[in-house]
Amino acid sequence: MAEAEDSPGEQEAAASKPLFAGLSDVSISQDIPIEGEITIPSRARAQEHDSSTLNESIRRTIMRDLKAVGRKFMHVLYPRKSNALLRDWDLWGPLILCVTLALMLQKSSIDGKNDGGGPEFAEVFVIIWFGAVTITLNSKLLGGNISFFQSLCVLGYCILPLNIAMLICRLLLLAGQGPINFMIRLFVVLLMFAWSVVASTAFLADSQPPNRKALAVYPVFLFYFVISWMILTFTP
Amino acid sequence: MAAVDDLQFEEFGDGATLLAANPDATTINIEDPSVSFGHQPRPPGSVGREEDEELLGNNDSDETELLAGQKRSSPFWTFEYYQTFFDVDTYQVFDRIKGSLLPVPGKNFVRLYIRSNPDLYGPFWICATLVFAIAISGNLSNFLIHLGEKTYHYVPEFQKVSIAATVIYAYAWLVPLALWGFLLWRNSKVMSMVSYSFLEIVCVYGYSLFIYIPTAVLWIIPQRVVRWVLVMIALGVSGSVLVMTFWPAVREDNRRVALATIVTIVLLHVLLSVGCLAYFFDAPEMDHLPAAITTPNQTVTAAKSS
Repeated sequence: MAEAEDSPGEQEAAASKPLFAGLSDVSISQDIPIEGEITIPSRARAQEHDSSTLNESIRRTIMRDLKAVGRKFMHVLYPRKSNALLRDWDLWGPLILCVTLALMLQKSSIDGKNDGGGPEFAEVFVIIWFGAVTITLNSKLLGGNISFFQSLCVLGYCILPLNIAMLICRLLLLAGQGPINFMIRLFVVLLMFAWSVVASTAFLADSQPPNRKALAVYPVFLFYFVISWMILTFTP
Repeated sequence: MAAVDDLQFEEFGDGATLLAANPDATTINIEDPSVSFGHQPRPPGSVGREEDEELLGNNDSDETELLAGQKRSSPFWTFEYYQTFFDVDTYQVFDRIKGSLLPVPGKNFVRLYIRSNPDLYGPFWICATLVFAIAISGNLSNFLIHLGEKTYHYVPEFQKVSIAATVIYAYAWLVPLALWGFLLWRNSKVMSMVSYSFLEIVCVYGYSLFIYIPTAVLWIIPQRVVRWVLVMIALGVSGSVLVMTFWPAVREDNRRVALATIVTIVLLHVLLSVGCLAYFFDAPEMDHLPAAITTPNQTVTAAKSS
């Protein structure tokens, strides 16, 4: 418990000793040992993790990615306030969904000869990806704090309800066309469209400044509306 | 003792005595605020602009130039530069849309609503919505017109979307570019004219296209009279927004040049709306008969609609 009058302090302390005399009571002695250890626990685990994935079987690697994709599908179908889609983003899910949708929507070879007709595979693909990129850019330009790929991930995964709608419409169209058939398809597409918009808004709206939420959500609405229109007007 | 004395505040005395002691010292002049309240020089632009804006709203005096260029301080290759074009809140976008729908004679859209904060959000997304509105409404309208014809096979004409996109984006960006270049050229000849920056012109054109979105949806109604009435209304509203914005910019010029500019602006607008109506929406047949009645009528109808 020595009085620590260190040498740098002594020159200033000499002139003002009477006023700052109490300061020496709060000084730290050099004799007190500091104990304990500083470790970063996660680092050790991460290193183990990395080295072990090199040795695992291919089936385990693929299953891990598929499970991640499946987990995110569940998050889209039951949208809760969770960060799973945002934190561990991946673009496998959006790719699978986009390719499936474009394959189902492309025009058949019969009316490929007319000058009208449905969209080509490339047109659907381009609309989905460029639409998602445009919405992400718009969101970032308005001042949102979501990263580029997180936003692409969310927008891509939220196409899942519309994929389900496309499957249902295709099955319904096997039963022949007619006004009742159309009404059922309209109802299904509207329901899935609303589900998509609600799911993506639940993830994206929090990242925007509060006075610009509507400005960021409207393009999402337009994007899913256009995709729903393409699904609804699909004729085999 | 010396420490306590050191803590006494030292009077510095008059500035003049100090300056006499050290004549070469640098000095600054801090005025007493109560004295100089009425004489403070106005910061260039900011306070003066607000007063002039009130004048412009009431009696159209156009002496001040818009200082739109002063906000962009980041270099153009950074992301922040482009963020300055999206610096609008939701209520501002709604206000601008309302201003384009309800043009008040005498009030300039740019002065009143844009006020040196032009944004690219409105023009871009209004054009995108308009592209899809026209394509979808055209498709729907054709479907409803030809409903019941046995010879008609419904196709979602997806290629029309790309045509609509090209036309509308070209109109919303190339015409403002041409107009801006023209105004710049005339401005070099005739001084003291109101000049708009390129982004403000793009903004006016973008927001003036908003009226066409409900118009395109209502064009689904397959009645010729209804469609032309809608065209007239839409042209009236958006045309008046454009004319009231650009008339102050050209009226100090040669009379004929000014009139020619305004007429060209209106003509291009007319061309856009009539062209869209003619290309995307099939003409409703006045004597369209359902195909289920008789065979001769069916062939007549099929021949007429081809």
